[in-house]
Amino acid sequence: MKAGIVLFPGINRERDMAIALQGSGVSPRMIWHKETELGDLDLVVIPGGFSFGDYLRCGAMAAQSPIMEAVRAHAQRGGYILGVCNGFQILTEAGLLPGALLRNASLRFLSMDCHLRVERADTVFTSRYQKGQTFRAVMAHGDGNYFADEDTLNRLDAEGRVAFRYATQGGDITPEVNLNGSARSIAGILSENRRILGMMPHPEDLVDPLMGGTDGKPLFDALAAA
Amino acid sequence: MKATVTVMLKPGVLDPQGKAIAHALGTLGFAGVNDVRAGKVIELELTETDPDRARAQAEDMARKLLANTVIESFRVSVDG
Repeated sequence: MKAGIVLFPGINRERDMAIALQGSGVSPRMIWHKETELGDLDLVVIPGGFSFGDYLRCGAMAAQSPIMEAVRAHAQRGGYILGVCNGFQILTEAGLLPGALLRNASLRFLSMDCHLRVERADTVFTSRYQKGQTFRAVMAHGDGNYFADEDTLNRLDAEGRVAFRYATQGGDITPEVNLNGSARSIAGILSENRRILGMMPHPEDLVDPLMGGTDGKPLFDALAAA
Repeated sequence: MKATVTVMLKPGVLDPQGKAIAHALGTLGFAGVNDVRAGKVIELELTETDPDRARAQAEDMARKLLANTVIESFRVSVDG
């Protein structure tokens, strides 16, 4: 598994992402946003942060960066892409995933643990989880309120493209645990070919007992084995 | 010439910022504010001197970058 982490000015979670990948045996290369080639990567990761200061809209500037042309070509070749937090926002702004991330319904920046329910376990990202299980992840975002029009939401559901939903630890989907107000409690979605995953919470924050848990590690283990 | 692009969340897209502003106006004693929507105004100084072409340029910019048409609508006005 050859992986690269794309870096935009203002991204600040790239080292955490690298540590998570290294923990699963993958040594990622850092790729500056002004580069135009990805080389022969299997996996491109767009980490979290505040690319370009969140100017205009979260991810809007990054989506126009030179490297994104290569990321698009990588997607068209069927390459794997993981976008977390700002990375998810960038993927929607670039049109690689549908919908958009709006300001949290509460208007508050949310920095806390949440539980995600695994909606399908037959993808390259989720194969080390069980369908229906929950795992703990950390959310840290001001704009994580997933929005798409009704037709798009229906299509995502019909095609089984919701990867994760905000849930109680027991796996119930309730408004109380959908803290950012996301449509249908969506925390992560997949592309049509299920090789692109965008998600708001951070699986890379829990990959070592020293971090307080390893709930996110199966995602990286699964990717490393792909 | 100057083109002004006004970007607003589409009707039906929740605007928590607008709601917070409406709430604050009520707290300040302004009665009768039924709804508030907050958006962005972007002013462009263009070298183009033909109003129709300037408008077309600004609309193209709005579609490609200034607005995210998944959630936002825009309108362009041209003057100068």
